[in-house]
Amino acid sequence: MATMADFRTSEKSWWCPGCGDFGVLAALQKALVELATEPENVALVAGIGCSGKIGNYINSYNLHVVHGRSLPAAQAVKLANRELTVLAAGGDGDGFAIGMGHYMHALRRNVDITYVVMDNQIYGLTKGQTSPTSDGGFHTKSTPNGNIEKSVNQMQLAIASGCGFVANGLSSNQKQLVQIIKQAIQFPGFALVNTYSPCVTFNKVNTYDFYKSELVNVDEDPTYDRHDKFAAMKMLMEHNELVTGIIYEDPNSTRYEDLVKGFKPEGIVNQKWEVDDETWNKVLAQYK
Amino acid sequence: MLKEVCWQIGGEQGGGLDSTVEVFNTVASRAGYYVYAYKTFASRIKGGHTDFTTRLSTERVQAPAAGVNLLVTLDQESIDLCARNVYPGAIILADEAINAKLPEGIDAKLLTMPLNKLTLALGNPLMKNNLVLGASAAFLGMPIDGFKTYATTRWGNKGEEFVALIHKSMQEGYDYVVANWPELRLEIEEGDGKERLLMIGNEAAALGALAGGCRTVFSYPITPASEIAESLVKIFPKVGGVAVQMEDELASIVACIGAGFTGARAMTATAGPGISLMQEAMGLAAMTETPVVIVDTQRGGPSTGMPTKQEQSDLMALAYGGHGDSPRIVLAPGSVGELIPMTAEAFNLADNYHCPVLIASDLAIALFQQTVEPEEAKLSSMPQINRGPLANPEELAGLARDVFQRYSKQVNENGVSARSLPGIKNGQFLATGAEHGAFGKVTESAANRVYMMDRRMRRIQNVNTEAVRYFGSENADIVVIGFGTTVGAAKESIAEIEAATGKKAGVLQIRLIYPVPVAQIQAYVKGAKAMVVESNATGQFSFMLKGAGYNPANLYSLLKYDGTLITVEEIRNAAMAVLNGEGQYFVSGGGQGVRKAADPTITLAAQEA
Repeated sequence: MATMADFRTSEKSWWCPGCGDFGVLAALQKALVELATEPENVALVAGIGCSGKIGNYINSYNLHVVHGRSLPAAQAVKLANRELTVLAAGGDGDGFAIGMGHYMHALRRNVDITYVVMDNQIYGLTKGQTSPTSDGGFHTKSTPNGNIEKSVNQMQLAIASGCGFVANGLSSNQKQLVQIIKQAIQFPGFALVNTYSPCVTFNKVNTYDFYKSELVNVDEDPTYDRHDKFAAMKMLMEHNELVTGIIYEDPNSTRYEDLVKGFKPEGIVNQKWEVDDETWNKVLAQYK
Repeated sequence: MLKEVCWQIGGEQGGGLDSTVEVFNTVASRAGYYVYAYKTFASRIKGGHTDFTTRLSTERVQAPAAGVNLLVTLDQESIDLCARNVYPGAIILADEAINAKLPEGIDAKLLTMPLNKLTLALGNPLMKNNLVLGASAAFLGMPIDGFKTYATTRWGNKGEEFVALIHKSMQEGYDYVVANWPELRLEIEEGDGKERLLMIGNEAAALGALAGGCRTVFSYPITPASEIAESLVKIFPKVGGVAVQMEDELASIVACIGAGFTGARAMTATAGPGISLMQEAMGLAAMTETPVVIVDTQRGGPSTGMPTKQEQSDLMALAYGGHGDSPRIVLAPGSVGELIPMTAEAFNLADNYHCPVLIASDLAIALFQQTVEPEEAKLSSMPQINRGPLANPEELAGLARDVFQRYSKQVNENGVSARSLPGIKNGQFLATGAEHGAFGKVTESAANRVYMMDRRMRRIQNVNTEAVRYFGSENADIVVIGFGTTVGAAKESIAEIEAATGKKAGVLQIRLIYPVPVAQIQAYVKGAKAMVVESNATGQFSFMLKGAGYNPANLYSLLKYDGTLITVEEIRNAAMAVLNGEGQYFVSGGGQGVRKAADPTITLAAQEA
């Protein structure tokens, strides 16, 4: 059984002290340990930005791709070897600005991966510009007079686009976040784990204290039905997406992999690739 | 008796001509003729002129014919557009209903047949195409039974009655010609009856991918590449593969990298606009040393350009595109048949050189049917799957974690080190597009940067593949250098050049576009004049040759960029001009013949300065 130490690396972090991403990383590692996963069976695909550096700090197979494209790569990793636990990770800019096109399609495609977003509502690595999840009126280097655009509602978008598992956590609430990630990994299909992961250097508005006072935790509400899509949308709309917990879960999710004709449970990488004469000749026959 | 004939049919796009031509070509192939079929079409679904040309011969043909023997026209526009290309004395068959008029100065016999009237009597508008097929068979002296047999298998699922109607229509068309023009025949020698294959290059690429162990395809529809994924999505259920239609080309290429990182063989297929979008991620594949195969069916560029027209203008983008310095391997097929083993080989190269391998196909290879010899498609003659340097799972299991170095300095003769795959214990590493050290972790150390850059570029210095193929006379006076579709016309031009000039000619087919196999090219050309023939406006391959150190004084070129195929005649005329010392650089096309031009690879820069 792997331990927390097995999922850590000796790399010194490039994240700022106090960065929310430390908490998300720790929760992810804990969830993997609690699910009895081994590092070699985990593939993590990350995008560009502060959060995209996560692959340096977790001992697993890590692929760090170009900006905005963690999801196409992660879906392909899963399709190439469905025996792996496949995670995608990145920030709000990576996922909902440059990567938004891929986000929408990954949601509706429903390949069995878990997408962990570290949302700090700001561009950190480029030193403080507005992000697609920044609130209206938010002052940044690129919006000195206040953000005049509306923010993306990624969780409502996810539900509207057919995503079967939509959850949100706060990086400092480890206990809840570990539970969320565990269930997301176990969910048969695409699972969104949004997290609020504060940027302590550039975002002085959306701080740990801000989230602690604003967030509504559906996990603490015994009357909340996470299988009710309409209730989930209402909850997210009413609270401007400042909601934590498992907000929506589709009890009837069918993985993309299970719908591909002739697709096998064994990973493609572990199959024999040589074609036999019979198959080859059958294919050739249509060109005669 | 003729050794070859050229049959052409013109009409409105979307009127069922595609399947008419498919029947004609398949029946001709089954009768033992070699087929080369090409078409003019526009980027629209219904309406607009389209024409299909089929050259059938008792010998291998791989280029457009110099003229047409039998032109079948369903509207006046087709006569206006196509009649100029007929051989003197050719037959032009038209529907009586269109009151066809032959443009002035055309030496041909215009015959009319009551196609509309006969079709109405048959009670199904689709039967016009079968009347035409029957009439064509009669003129060409091809047995009508071959057409009927094919119709039975092709449309058998639509019921006996429907098949009987098709048979009746074909026979009526045949009988009409026999009864009305008993003397008019373009009799072609009988085909040898040997069973051959007939396919487009995109189907050949799909077959190569199947044989090469590719089981994951991620692509986005684009002309003229879509049939590659469409073929594989039909084949894959038989072998457990998956072909995903992605949201765009950015996703397609990154998905391929994901699958390649995992250890599967992944491919994407696209055309120019997709190649432009994939450039950033090709750098990622190079940086992470991940195998990936990309087929580029080149078409008229830039931007949207001419999506349905021939061009070979992506070479620079394929070899050098994207930011930063990164290794790639670029292959080019010289025929449809060659694309089968070449695509299979591309996966071996990618797995061995750990970098993107690109196949520079082009529209005419991608979409035009060619005869493929059974030997070219034999499974046993396909390259064996060779997965390249892989870490040994048992060895790694015996080590501790953080011992295996994915980017180890212990490299093989190609400069490549073994890769581990997800699932292998103790093989964990970081594959990142950021500069990194031996374990893949990010570092910006200057010494490491130099090692890593040299390591990545070194691998393509000596790519082990059949880089060139030579055809024609030894000790030639002129060597025509070509790749892709151009190779077919170049090969057929050898005899014509020799007959016209009394000098010896050869063709050097370039199969490895990049890295440019300049030493091998020099070894074959020797003292001959080297004439590069390519379908682009800036002499991209000439430019690459010069950059690779080829002597510019001995480099002649023929360029064509009007969207049509380079012909045997154009190559012959340019070769004659070169041998006569008339000039060094020539262009053709756009309604004009071969003419002198300035060297586009130099003058563009010089004019700026």
